Amino acid sequence: MIPAAFDYVRPDTIDEAVRTLHDGGEDAKVLAGGQSLIPILRLRLAFPELLVDLGRIPELRGVREDPATGSLVIGAMTTHHDVIHDPLVRRHAGLLAAATETVADPAVRHRGTLGGSLSHADPAGDLPAVLLALDGEMVAAGPRGRRTVPAREFFVDYLRTALADDEVLVEIRVPRADGWGFHYEKFSRVAQGWAIVGVAALVRRVDGRIAEARIGLTNMGSTPLRARTTEAALAGAEAVPAAVASAADAAAEGTRPATDLSATPEYRAHLARVLTRRAVLAAAGTE
Amino acid sequence: MTRFSTTVDGTRYEDEVEPRLLLVHYLRDHLGLTGTPVGCDTGNCGACTVELDGDSVKSCSVLAVQADGGEVTTVQGLATDGEWTALQTAFHEQHALQCGYCTPGMIMAARDLLKENPDPTPEEIRRGLEGNLCRCTGYQNIVRAVLAAAAEERRREAPAPRSADTGRPDTRPAPAPATAGQEART
Repeated sequence: MIPAAFDYVRPDTIDEAVRTLHDGGEDAKVLAGGQSLIPILRLRLAFPELLVDLGRIPELRGVREDPATGSLVIGAMTTHHDVIHDPLVRRHAGLLAAATETVADPAVRHRGTLGGSLSHADPAGDLPAVLLALDGEMVAAGPRGRRTVPAREFFVDYLRTALADDEVLVEIRVPRADGWGFHYEKFSRVAQGWAIVGVAALVRRVDGRIAEARIGLTNMGSTPLRARTTEAALAGAEAVPAAVASAADAAAEGTRPATDLSATPEYRAHLARVLTRRAVLAAAGTE
Repeated sequence: MTRFSTTVDGTRYEDEVEPRLLLVHYLRDHLGLTGTPVGCDTGNCGACTVELDGDSVKSCSVLAVQADGGEVTTVQGLATDGEWTALQTAFHEQHALQCGYCTPGMIMAARDLLKENPDPTPEEIRRGLEGNLCRCTGYQNIVRAVLAAAAEERRREAPAPRSADTGRPDTRPAPAPATAGQEART
């Protein structure tokens, strides 16, 4: 299908983008990589009057290290392809590279962006749960300047984030996860399918024990969630299959998974337990 | 209407289009380059894959105006003076198509894959073509064609071995790879 008509602007700077969004009000929408938005426009599920294309703002692309904190600073318009191949991401946030490799397919990853994917906040999207597990932060630019929102406050509801209509996500800050084992376990029925459930696991091992674990759940509610009960049970646990399986039994606690064509809530809860066990074992290196 | 200019298969175009015009419709309806088909129209099937500024993209999920100042290559821009590329030849020789609808996208996606990985395994080819659906060949011959093209391209890149009796470069086609194609065709 053909999208409904809209106006199109392509600002050169973040300030200009924010101003244009502010003037456009609720009828203006940000165009990042377009790999979710353009299909939505084509299906006429959205009717923005103005698209503000962030595709030509150089400072929104690329990965650098913050000298003060050592955190990675990823420009919101960095494509999935560039995230996967970035040496800093691979060295210090391997979970993000690994999960991004499971997003869609190579052509979509050439256009789709990390910031676009996070701002779209689809519960079945892989990267929100990853940022939650990594304790990432989002930096938003708006008419009143910049503010930093922790990942746990960024995802508000189904397709809704803490971003205001006139705010642009400009940076994603990711603390280094050096020395942490990681794994993203995704379950979908077909190649390039959305996650029916996904589990992002980070595990810090000390000798034979799990000192600390962080687990992000994809598609177990209207926002990504942390499996807090399982995380608590894993702290200090032996890195052996029986202990991990026992902790993973609590992975669906506190979640509210949806019913859709792919799965019932009960089946999703089952997947969360199984995939959490697999992801933690892989992250702990005890597969 | 928005003014934009783009280079497609080596020819530069200046145009005024509605911003909502998709790149695939620009190629087909404005430029008459119907070698790039519209498949699923949802971003899934990959039939409309083209190269934009060096990367494979699904042209149904890109606005024409986003290609402003950019360079687009379609399947129609691959051959030089009517001579097919190794990939095109391999798709023909290995029977990597039946209806042919997915073929332009398959070739453009495979081309992108071989740029990053000139010597892929069958598994890597299947992963690289994950975003391209074929509903008739069952992928077997497509994988075989990409393997054959990769071998042929590596052969062309390598210094040409000279045939002992003629002293001319060896221009025999690369042997068909033995790794794929032994399984039953579906």
